Amino acid sequence: MYTDDQLSIRDLARNFARSEVEPEASMRDRESLFASALIHKLGEMGFMGMMVPESYGGSGQDLISYLLALEEIAYCDASLAVAMSVNNSVVCGPILSFGSEEQKKKYLPDLCSGRALGSFMLSEPNAGSDAASLQSKATRIDGGWILNGSKAWITNGAYAKYFIVMAVTNPSLGKKGISAFVVESGHKGLILAPAEKKMGLKSSNTVMVTLQDVFVPEENLLGPEGAGLQVALGGLDEGRVGIAAQALGIAQRAVDESIKYSKERTTFGKRIGDHQSISTYLAEMESKVQASRLLIYRAASKIMNHQKATLESATAKLFTTENAVWICDKAVQIHGGYGYTSDYVVERLYRDVRVTTIYEGTSEIQRIVIARELLGK
Amino acid sequence: MKILVALKQVPDTETKIKIHPEGTALDLSDVKWVTSPYDEYALEEAMRLKESQGATVSALAVGDDRVKDVLRNALALGADEALHVSTSEKCEDPFVVATYVANAVRDRGFDLLLFGNKGSGGDHAAVGPMVAELLGIAQANVVVKLTLDQGRFFAERQVESGLEVVEGKLPAVITTQKGLNDPRYPNLKGIMAAKKKEIISIPLTESISPALQTMKLAFPPPRAEGRQLAGTPQEQAQALLAALQNEAKIF
Repeated sequence: MYTDDQLSIRDLARNFARSEVEPEASMRDRESLFASALIHKLGEMGFMGMMVPESYGGSGQDLISYLLALEEIAYCDASLAVAMSVNNSVVCGPILSFGSEEQKKKYLPDLCSGRALGSFMLSEPNAGSDAASLQSKATRIDGGWILNGSKAWITNGAYAKYFIVMAVTNPSLGKKGISAFVVESGHKGLILAPAEKKMGLKSSNTVMVTLQDVFVPEENLLGPEGAGLQVALGGLDEGRVGIAAQALGIAQRAVDESIKYSKERTTFGKRIGDHQSISTYLAEMESKVQASRLLIYRAASKIMNHQKATLESATAKLFTTENAVWICDKAVQIHGGYGYTSDYVVERLYRDVRVTTIYEGTSEIQRIVIARELLGK
Repeated sequence: MKILVALKQVPDTETKIKIHPEGTALDLSDVKWVTSPYDEYALEEAMRLKESQGATVSALAVGDDRVKDVLRNALALGADEALHVSTSEKCEDPFVVATYVANAVRDRGFDLLLFGNKGSGGDHAAVGPMVAELLGIAQANVVVKLTLDQGRFFAERQVESGLEVVEGKLPAVITTQKGLNDPRYPNLKGIMAAKKKEIISIPLTESISPALQTMKLAFPPPRAEGRQLAGTPQEQAQALLAALQNEAKIF
């Protein structure tokens, strides 16, 4: 079902992930260390701006290739995968779709090559999926804008050079009064809180950011004034399948680790995989992974063909992430007491996978989206 | 400058090796094939020379169509051309391989011929030196540092408990060792560009029958089971000391 090019890209990502990403992934998790050097390498190899045309420094590849690569990175280190996903999907994507020629030339080559990392600021302490209730404000002054507000759950925050920030430019227009800006790490008034202490994805960086009278020059407005929500949500379907691919990578790893352990560990004189209770788990885990892969592939194919894919992306995200959480839970169960210790990787998978039903639209939001597609508005 | 990098395709070092029931060859059914790790140092060194002083780099592999994968990988990493010495039968005899390589490169005017110091798996460490002899040119083997200057090479060789520094005239064969450099991964652009490049097929001018014959392949004998020492800690220590002295003969 994949093309020769897509498989070559998957193999390169797999080879790199297993040789370079895997060896210290558990150490980075334990120490909450951000993998700057690996991000740089991913950039050099062309994985940080995979769908950006070569003329802007990207790799010019398609969505499915990107998802395959993301899955392979997540298989070894879900924290690294999320940094890669943010840069590709919600930073490079919007700049490519909405940026002026000057903006594309200024930002994309650095973002695609790993010389600079991107970050995306939409969520606020009191606004997530209901992006229309944003409170951060941008006030027009001579030569640009002054931004004020708080942004929450900002991935890559402490390591990013460029931030895409959504702020209200005209409160009386509601959804149509939001605009997008590119804020640079050197801009004065960008205040980062200490990193959040998360359950999983510990080597990914998540911070709260306060914008305090940040002056942003006129040329940093991204897209037309008032088009902020389109900029933020334009790549929504891609974002959903991206997180599904990340969850799939984690789940596939959980399945592979469980198969390995089920062959090694013996109880009552036989391999635990030969006990019916364990073999049933393995069969269900494998079925769920295979079904998820097909759902993601179907949604991605539709997106690539420029067809409406709201229903497919939401079902792929809901089904894959919910099942990935279930699969990792069973992987820990199969490993018994050992699975509850950090000596075995399934313990990390169990913590890392948990957020996938929460971010990029919670499962509850996906169900609302799916039901709305089924019932009509 | 023209650089040749000779590449061998070997089973991935993580492949679980199985022996074919006949006992004289490996069972290749589940093998994942890669470029021999020692050859990766050769390829990386060629790329660095190309970037630092300008060169054209030709990759060469001997074997059936399967070895084209290592040539594609070399093209993806930046090799300018790929030469495939096409043979139908397996070439396990280093002298046969060396002869095919020497015949293929003799009239192509290479200044530097890079080989991995050995193929991982076979470990003959023979093809590079043999090619140098067949072509009548200088060689330096197991090299961990290489400098070229005005038609001469300066190489640091890893020898027993030390380094040996040698120099000589180009053209020369250099065989590469771990430590020479840190091989890069290809990038996506390179991989896509490599798919469009042609692999040049070089027909054999003479076919030689191998002089080397594999008689038997066997795994090392399994490790004997350990034994537990009984008694008080003092008795255990005594028994351990006795075993180390009388059985292992360490003291």
